[in-house]
Amino acid sequence: MTERMGFFTDTSVCIGCKACEVACKTWNDVPADDLDLLGMSYDNTGSLNANNWRHVAFIEQTVEDNTRWLMSSDVCKHCTEAGCLDVCPTGSLFRTEFDTVVVQADICNGCGYCVPACPFGVIDRREDDGRAWKCTMCYDRIGDGLMPACATACPTESIQYGPLDELRARADERVRELHARGQADARLYGHSPEDGVGGAGAFFLLLDEPEVYGLPSNPVVTTRDLPAMWKRAGLAAVAVAAGVAASFLGRR
Amino acid sequence: MGYYGKPIVKEPVWKVPDVPGYLFLGGMAGASASMALAAQLSGRHELVRPARIAAAVGSLASVGALVHDLGRPERFLNMLRVFKVTSPLSVGSWILAPFSGLTALSATTDFSGRFRGIGTLAGAAAGVLGPAMCTYTSVLLADTAIPAWHNAYPELPFVFAGSAMTSAAGASLLASPSRPAVRLGLLGSALELTSTAAMERRVENYRSSKLLTAAKALTVAGAGLSLLRRNRPAAVLAGVSYLAAGVCTRFGVYRTGVASVTS
Ligand code: SF4
Ligand code: SF4
Repeated sequence: MTERMGFFTDTSVCIGCKACEVACKTWNDVPADDLDLLGMSYDNTGSLNANNWRHVAFIEQTVEDNTRWLMSSDVCKHCTEAGCLDVCPTGSLFRTEFDTVVVQADICNGCGYCVPACPFGVIDRREDDGRAWKCTMCYDRIGDGLMPACATACPTESIQYGPLDELRARADERVRELHARGQADARLYGHSPEDGVGGAGAFFLLLDEPEVYGLPSNPVVTTRDLPAMWKRAGLAAVAVAAGVAASFLGRR
Repeated sequence: MGYYGKPIVKEPVWKVPDVPGYLFLGGMAGASASMALAAQLSGRHELVRPARIAAAVGSLASVGALVHDLGRPERFLNMLRVFKVTSPLSVGSWILAPFSGLTALSATTDFSGRFRGIGTLAGAAAGVLGPAMCTYTSVLLADTAIPAWHNAYPELPFVFAGSAMTSAAGASLLASPSRPAVRLGLLGSALELTSTAAMERRVENYRSSKLLTAAKALTVAGAGLSLLRRNRPAAVLAGVSYLAAGVCTRFGVYRTGVASVTS
């Protein structure tokens, strides 16, 4: 395996231009959705889904009679322990040499299991072709030494791409800098290998609680409990066997 | 709080009634196959054929429901190209595919009267796989980020196990009322009612499910009526109540999970 590559999305410098969304769609040939005004501030994308692999969230907050804007370009987290990948029964979802998580459309059978397995609600099935789609971290570009399309297009370097270790160090430095400037609410999200998904390959610098951005505060990959679940199911199966056997003992 | 009130986790994209139907049919078939084996071993030959038929019809319909959800039969076969222990759907397909084949074989040989020996072996193998058929689907649901499903993982297998037992008992009571079927129904009812109560204590979402309330009432009704097994209409009603209870349980659990995404 080569070095683990990742995204560091520093939302403190995001200007909400959505260049990342557009670049992603263009490069990856992602179909357009219906144009719709959702009434969610400037967010007319709504959420990450099969046809939106980057999603810029817009949050308008009133702070001391002023409006504060929070903008954040959300993306698949490329989890270290990825629920989507674990539950995929066809092997369509796989881990690349960059330690990213990618779906192979030609293998996906559209079972949809990955959709509710993702604790972040990222991966989704496309209505027309029935297959699952999400961010590939531009697998085809990074294999050629290019940056992913979103990071390339981002005018403020809010989206940074690189070796994950370097990004983590840079992010720590950036948080210290913001704290020193009085931005006490700056925090990292998804950077810690100790979290419920073993750390994300795409992590964020946020300026408020994760829920405000539509992110789970404590995401957990449920396959961690899989041995315990199979144990309970095994016990229950034994109960069925015992129940059936007992029913045939005794009076005819 | 939250982002414009949008749920974080995505709702399952599975079709209803296909997927809850698949859960119900698989459970009923699994317990029926074990019942057929037990009937064979204990010399209750008149109970073997109906149980084999219930197992075959149930499991083939279960495969049918899954295939309908997937859209095309090859997509089911696609899952048999790999075996992945981390995927309950992969493990489940590897239980469901041989199980449905075996039950179909045992039922058809029973009918045709030819190759009975093979049919008996197939029925025995299906009977051994049966209990796994009853409970693997609970892991399938629990291994997701859907809060009500995942949080219920300790009890869900037992709810499904009890429900599968009553469903098999119900199918058997419809065909020919017998003491073993009555006993299986009573044991299944006890298991289902106690584990549903335990599940509701752990996961609040299930407490308000109308379908689960109906399932409980139907289970109790089935158990009560089964005691009058000598009365044919009562036995038939008991069977119908048990089967309806099984349907309500699976749809209730399914719906509650989907609703828990937004709560
Ligand atoms: S964020 Fe969701 S879709 Fe992306 S790797 Fe993690 S589990 Fe999979
Ligand atoms: S929908 Fe496709 S990628 Fe998702 S779990 Fe099923 S086969 Fe795998």
